[in-house]
Amino acid sequence: MSKKLLLEKAHVEGIRTYDVYRREGGYRSVEKALKTMSPDQITEEVKKSGLRGRGGAGFPTGLKWSFLAKPAGVPRYLVCNSDESEPGTFKDRYLMEFIPHLLVEGLIVSSFALGSNRTFIYIRGEYAWIVDILEQAIEEAKANGWLGKNILGSGFDCEIYVQRGAGAYICGEETALIESLEGKRGNPRIKPPFPAVKGVWDSPTVVNNVETIAAVVPIINIGAEEYLKIGVGKSTGTKLISACGNINKPGVYEIDMTISVEEFIYSDEYCGGIPNGKKLKACIPGGSSVPILPTNLLLKTAKGETRYMNYESLSDGGFATGSMMGSGGFIVFDEDQCVVRHTLTLARFYRHESCGQCSPCREGTGWMEKILKNIEYGKGKMSDIDLLWDIQRKIEGNTICPLGDAAAWPVAAAIRHFRDEFEWHVNNPDECQKRNYGLAHYADPRPLAVPA
Amino acid sequence: MVQFPENKIKKVQEIIARYPEGKQKSALIPVLHLAQEEFGWLSSETMDYVASLLKLEPIEVYEVATFYSMYNLKPVGRYMFEVCQTGPCMLRGSDNIIEYIGQKLGIKPGETTADGLFTLKTVECLGACGYAPMMQMGKFYREHLTKEKVDAIIDECRTKASTLN
Ligand SMILES: Cc1cc2nc3c(=O)[nH]c(=O)nc-3n(C[C@H](O)[C@H](O)[C@H](O)COP(=O)(O)O)c2cc1C
Ligand code: SF4
Ligand code: FES
Repeated sequence: MSKKLLLEKAHVEGIRTYDVYRREGGYRSVEKALKTMSPDQITEEVKKSGLRGRGGAGFPTGLKWSFLAKPAGVPRYLVCNSDESEPGTFKDRYLMEFIPHLLVEGLIVSSFALGSNRTFIYIRGEYAWIVDILEQAIEEAKANGWLGKNILGSGFDCEIYVQRGAGAYICGEETALIESLEGKRGNPRIKPPFPAVKGVWDSPTVVNNVETIAAVVPIINIGAEEYLKIGVGKSTGTKLISACGNINKPGVYEIDMTISVEEFIYSDEYCGGIPNGKKLKACIPGGSSVPILPTNLLLKTAKGETRYMNYESLSDGGFATGSMMGSGGFIVFDEDQCVVRHTLTLARFYRHESCGQCSPCREGTGWMEKILKNIEYGKGKMSDIDLLWDIQRKIEGNTICPLGDAAAWPVAAAIRHFRDEFEWHVNNPDECQKRNYGLAHYADPRPLAVPA
Repeated sequence: MVQFPENKIKKVQEIIARYPEGKQKSALIPVLHLAQEEFGWLSSETMDYVASLLKLEPIEVYEVATFYSMYNLKPVGRYMFEVCQTGPCMLRGSDNIIEYIGQKLGIKPGETTADGLFTLKTVECLGACGYAPMMQMGKFYREHLTKEKVDAIIDECRTKASTLN
């Protein structure tokens, strides 16, 4: 069993309620932080812990906090990103649904560290029932003196509010989220200025993911020194992985980042293998935006080394032969699945979610969807595959926000690793309507050290 | 005439109080949710009413209402089935579920049944990929859908509607 820091208590009977949560040791980190530490000491501790943002980019949290501008007399804000809309990702929902007080506790400590007296949880609009769960937890915390004025006699005031979005993936991007919180369309802002200088209502703002904020609780409780010992290299602590697709046990797992991808997929402690005795074809290990990998690059790197479930190992080989940890949305494909069809659903997703500000993203996503549709429905040409490749190249890096890249990468990786499956669709327009290409060679052992 | 009941007006005031002085525009998205709850969809009268409540120009409200996918700018059925069609759900058979619901209700995605009871809509990933196939129905999710479950949900809605009428 790997060590659990976040979900250890998630299934204790009644843990959603304040009394049980407190009895199980909840809110100790607030006592420790507010009574014995200064805001800067907390930031230092988070820095030392090596915690990396769990929203997808993996940026060091302590460092991000230290960039927050602190001009005198100007309020600062902490905003928790609960927009969670990346296909394959449902870990934040799990945490908020089952152990909401953990997020509230983390938010109080983090708000104290950053000097945020008014903290917002921006949650995707569809998670409507979770708003009630969170508001209940906030109310209980307030009734017990953990929120409000002069918390624990520290002189620190804090309120937490839950704000619902209304259906827009782009509002997970932090500057779009800020626009949305201000009551506008979710159009990402041009950076700089960064939110740390000019965020919500022009004030310095930190936006952090739910899991990032929750991880602050164990870091304060056990100390950065102990936290660092869990995991490996620059992948410290534990990570929530939401596993879905063709596996026996879809769900949310807390892992300590030392286990192999193979163990994660096949062990009964985690995904429990592939149903119906099917073989593994491919996997998107970190949410829909990160590159898909065929089995033979998923379980072992191009160098032939075991691939592990951590930031470094998943990205080993770069985009040529590796992928990314991303948001931890782990999507598994069995041998019966069609990569072209899946890529089409993702292209449609990004076209639907593009805010439309930049032409490469607005036009490119629509164009890619159209071409993929043709290929999938047996109306594609061989030159379409190269055209797709060209379009995604022209989106990447040429847009205001990273949604453009996020739309380009899945298409690029699908063509890079599964080109023969695209070609088969073009060459067999009738047959591809009746059956899928299947496993092909995607699980065969690879020759070692493929040139990039 | 479009008008919130007393308790909703109070709720609007509470929401505005969350933000700094003069930033009541931030209340727009939550207040549009309240309006949709109350009136079922957002007509231009409703949006104008929201604008007046928050001291905004009507155009500021239209801009926002048209951006976000959860707002209904047309009347919808009493029960809206919003079925997820994104990759992870597709891997577990969402296409079949969408087709089945469509056949059973005699409508295509985007349409409403003639009796005004059901609307079928396809949506993108709802953060329930591990419990696929799934759909949103009102405030809650219905997960691990099968044909049998869909049958039961439709019956449940019909029964509920007949007791309401
Ligand atoms: C298109 C897009 C969607 C995003 N969606 C989310 C999201 O749903 N949740 C999230 O925490 N971060 C999301 N991010 C990342 C945020 O911009 C931001 O980096 C993150 O909230 C920072 O928190 P962290 O440092 O704690 O990870 C998204 C980024 C992009 C470009
Ligand atoms: S990249 Fe796409 S989503 Fe991002 S700002 Fe440009 S158009 Fe909008
Ligand atoms: S893909 Fe359907 S809920 Fe995520």
